[in-house]
Amino acid sequence: MSIEVNGKTYETDEEGYLANLGDWSLEVAEAMAREDGCDLSENHWEVVNFLREYYDEYQIAPAVRVLTKAIGKRLGKDKGNSKYLYELFPYGPAKQACKYAGLPKPTGCV
Amino acid sequence: MTEQQNTGGTVKKFLYINRRAPHGSNYAQEGLEVALIGAAFEQDVAMAYIDDGVFQLKRDQDTSAIGSKNFSATFRALGDYDVRKVYVERESLESRGIGEEDLMPLVYEDEDDDWEEKPLVSVVSAAEMRDIIDQADVILNF
Repeated sequence: MSIEVNGKTYETDEEGYLANLGDWSLEVAEAMAREDGCDLSENHWEVVNFLREYYDEYQIAPAVRVLTKAIGKRLGKDKGNSKYLYELFPYGPAKQACKYAGLPKPTGCV
Repeated sequence: MTEQQNTGGTVKKFLYINRRAPHGSNYAQEGLEVALIGAAFEQDVAMAYIDDGVFQLKRDQDTSAIGSKNFSATFRALGDYDVRKVYVERESLESRGIGEEDLMPLVYEDEDDDWEEKPLVSVVSAAEMRDIIDQADVILNF
């Protein structure tokens, strides 16, 4: 599978996750979200950027429970809860946000 | 064996035994990822490092010259996944000339104690390791 952004084609796996981390850009993230019918707001970006930093530091995409706890610590309890995160990412916060962040599927997510 | 009930069913005591050096094969990275998956499913996860497995926890690993991913950063996520038991066999460290100070300072943040960072690694003797292995419900070797 692949995704086309501004005339360039990027390889993805069968679930739409980027095959190469290095292909990621803001435009790719926006195109992926558009395909899902999701308009990325500042609140979405906060989570996507957090995931990119997490991956940079730990070399894995965190499972949803780990993400929720870490967001709570970083951005406050009103954001570190399932309700808030599922409202932003209805397909599953870790899965969907990791996809837009250009990361592989979260470790602990099957 | 006492069984605890949790939302997902029975919690079993999983022990992941790691005996190989980190970067010559995929075993170490796979073992760590499988352990994190177990932890994400709220199993009781313990990690054991024996023989060359103790090299996995060495600090300041650098894989740039062999072109493989430096997954050693991922050990620092163990605490985030609520893993609290990481055992390293003392005899394996000693016979390889590795001191405790050569290991990564792995910690977890104690949510109930104002996020205080607490050490994750326990260095145990071979005899203690035998007891740890005895007490596990499920053992996975990597």
